[in-house]
Amino acid sequence: MTLHPILAALRKHKAGVTLIALQIALTLAIVCNALFIIGQRFASINQPTGLEENDLVLVSQQWVGAPNADLPEGVEKLDAMFKEDLAALRNMPDVQAVTSTNSLPLFTSSRAGSVGINPGDGSYDGTSPGTTRTSYFFFDEQGIAALGLKLVAGRYFDAGEVQHYSLREDRPPAVIVITKAIAEKLFPGKDAVGQVLYVDGTATPSRVIGVVDRLQGAVWAKTFAWNVVVIPARQNGNFSRYAVRAKPGRRDAVMKAIPSLLYGINPMRVLDEQTAVMSFEQIRNNAYRGDVGMAILMGSVSIILIGVTAAGIVGLTSFWVGQRRKQIGIRRALGARKVDILRYFQLENFAIASGGATAGIVLAVALNFWLMRDFGMDRIPVPWVMLGVATVLLLGQFAVFVPARRASTVPPVVATRTI
Amino acid sequence: MSGHRPPVVSADNPFAGVRGPTVLRQGLSRPGAHGTTLAPQLGRTRVRKGTIMLGYYVELALRSLKRSRGLTALMVLAIGFGVAASMTTYSVFRAVSGDPIPWKSSRLFVPQLDAWGPSTLRNRDNEPVDALTYTDAMAFMRDHRAKLQSAIYVIYPSIVPSRPGEHPFNIGGHAVYAEFFPMVEAPFKFGGAWSDDDDRQRSAVAVIGSKLNQKLFGGENSVGRSIDVDGKNYRVVGVLDNWNPQPRFYDIQNTGGFSVAPDELFLPFTRAIESGVANDGNTNCAKPPKEPGFVGLQRSSCVWVGYMAELDDAAAVTSYRSYLENYAREQQKAGRFNWAPNYRLRDIPAWLDSQQVVPSDTKVSLLVALGLLVVCLVNTSGLLLAKFLRRSGEIVVRRALGAARFAIYAQFLTEAGLIGLAGGVLGLVLTGVGTLGMGLVLPKDIAELATVDLPLLLMTLAMAVASTLVAGIYPTFRAARLQPALQLKSN
Repeated sequence: MTLHPILAALRKHKAGVTLIALQIALTLAIVCNALFIIGQRFASINQPTGLEENDLVLVSQQWVGAPNADLPEGVEKLDAMFKEDLAALRNMPDVQAVTSTNSLPLFTSSRAGSVGINPGDGSYDGTSPGTTRTSYFFFDEQGIAALGLKLVAGRYFDAGEVQHYSLREDRPPAVIVITKAIAEKLFPGKDAVGQVLYVDGTATPSRVIGVVDRLQGAVWAKTFAWNVVVIPARQNGNFSRYAVRAKPGRRDAVMKAIPSLLYGINPMRVLDEQTAVMSFEQIRNNAYRGDVGMAILMGSVSIILIGVTAAGIVGLTSFWVGQRRKQIGIRRALGARKVDILRYFQLENFAIASGGATAGIVLAVALNFWLMRDFGMDRIPVPWVMLGVATVLLLGQFAVFVPARRASTVPPVVATRTI
Repeated sequence: MSGHRPPVVSADNPFAGVRGPTVLRQGLSRPGAHGTTLAPQLGRTRVRKGTIMLGYYVELALRSLKRSRGLTALMVLAIGFGVAASMTTYSVFRAVSGDPIPWKSSRLFVPQLDAWGPSTLRNRDNEPVDALTYTDAMAFMRDHRAKLQSAIYVIYPSIVPSRPGEHPFNIGGHAVYAEFFPMVEAPFKFGGAWSDDDDRQRSAVAVIGSKLNQKLFGGENSVGRSIDVDGKNYRVVGVLDNWNPQPRFYDIQNTGGFSVAPDELFLPFTRAIESGVANDGNTNCAKPPKEPGFVGLQRSSCVWVGYMAELDDAAAVTSYRSYLENYAREQQKAGRFNWAPNYRLRDIPAWLDSQQVVPSDTKVSLLVALGLLVVCLVNTSGLLLAKFLRRSGEIVVRRALGAARFAIYAQFLTEAGLIGLAGGVLGLVLTGVGTLGMGLVLPKDIAELATVDLPLLLMTLAMAVASTLVAGIYPTFRAARLQPALQLKSN
């Protein structure tokens, strides 16, 4: 069967054909971009943080009437309180390891700065060659054990290397551990272990003693998510955080026991009911809530769109089948088989959908450009557009099947009736 | 003949019995007056026509819709989903793009001053960072060039309840000057703001929110009572009524605009600095502070202080601009800034815009949902076209019997309107469901703002009907253009 008679017949239904094609084009444009958004969101959600996330708990607490961390004796008192909490947590029967920390990957708060391979001039500089922006995590000697980080080169800190000083003081650390992302950026093709880096524009070198495979920064540090420098220190202030690794499967029991344990040591502290003890799962869910929401929203819109468009095709084709009953009957009477009628409507739909899809590709790219310009979206790759095209073409074939089969059952005798 | 209203010939009509050819001729000779009786009653009929005809069209439409239930259901579903998706996303957009203080937002200004110079951390457009250094904020307060003004910083101190056995808790709030309260028009339930004297004398006073007042004092008038903030006593001078403006226009920098938890504690800025109540908001630095501690932060070029000023007329705005210009020039002369004056003075709407308070996800969602609505309309248009043209026979008979084009328009637009109305009602339900669903998928700060209210419901209905009418225009136009002679002959 050639397309020619089909196209000739379509010329009689210009308006209906145009509307269906337009609908298919718009559907393609929107569904392509929506699917692309969903794909991107899931790609970022599925990125591993570098942590062993199961059984990991973050504890945040604040002391009330704490000693002044701006005074040396205050710092000593605060550190004693800090170590008391750490010891108690490490003594819990269900706990495997605990490190002091300032934050964790995907958490809301964190500290960021810049490191460079050359001594700095006292300013932050993360854009010049040989420098990069980075997040800082402050862990103690149990950092690797508590967080489940994977060391790929060198070694981790020992207890003797862990310093402590005021939260509002910046001391260039003597030794640091960095992520592979930083190592590859600042020491390309070289072994980073043994090299020095200058933290936050200082002129005091910090020696790299180890490289971890992967460690993600805070939720907002999106542009330099994988650049992390680990500093061996406890920051003393009126608040403290502990990352606790529970024994396998004992996370919930540990989470439940922590508040009373800490209140038992010192009741003059704040442990917020919602946020003081959080599983890493909660932190992850909070961080990606917006992305999951957006993916669900885009998914719902796509499903509705596809449903509406399918329904539109069914409706219009049914109408055409009804209109052409007599012609179909004549064709059947002249010897056309059922399958020929079926093919006719399928081919007709394919012609319309192809036209719509061609226009839709243009619209999809235009919409993508708009989203890129105004809303910071990425360029949509060709395979996504092709996926969209395949979707609408298949959709058309599925939708047209029912009315087309009904058309194929029109008996030849219809041709002989007058009305 | 089902589409044609039979001539009205009633028993009390003096011309009853005169029917047949006469009536038909009347109808044909005066197009549009079909269905009327004889000439002597013309005046009366014209009055009755409008009202009766609408009811008649509704009846026709219902009959036609019932005849093809499947198609009708498809159209109603399409309109319902399209409108509901648009309105659900719009309810979120409306919530986040609202003006939190519409009667005053054009008179409240946020000054920005470049205290860093052309450093590597600079953003595009030479835009100064979004907060001030302590040094500049204090200079602005000292010079006091606006009618009302306040430096602002975020605090998150601990409160120790006086009742024994209760654990201490943290409470979010801001350190501000006395002028802050009249400037942002914070509503008081009890008491009021502290005085300018309290600012100068660094008095240990506090304004608390209604929730904190409920928690600590059971909701009674607590003015004069004392509260323990970070281990120090403060006297309550005022209790706010429920007040949680969104976007939180006086602290966009630290909230991004939205926060579920209302501000529950306000302390005098001067007192908070003196007692070392730590800054809990963002601190951005071009250089690390040279000295450690909170005092070191205050002396550094780090920015962490917010600022707001009330300027009531254009002259005040102009003079404040020149004040900022002069201030920056003086700093340049003094050698503190070695760059040309670079400052901004934006009112609240412009400030919210520059801080991109409306998340781009919200905008993209609204855009995509509107796209969905357009597809639903195109879809409805196609289905209506099929539906109307299927009734060609009926239409041409009506036309042949004297119905004017206008009558065909009225009949089919009534039908489209009815579909729109049904779609709108479905849309109402789905919008309600959608808005609830948004609560589950959106970040909490924003989800709680998206609510369904009467204007939204009315808009949903109006949008459904209006958009279906738009979708119905072309099919109706096609239906009304059918040539009676041609169609009757071919049938």
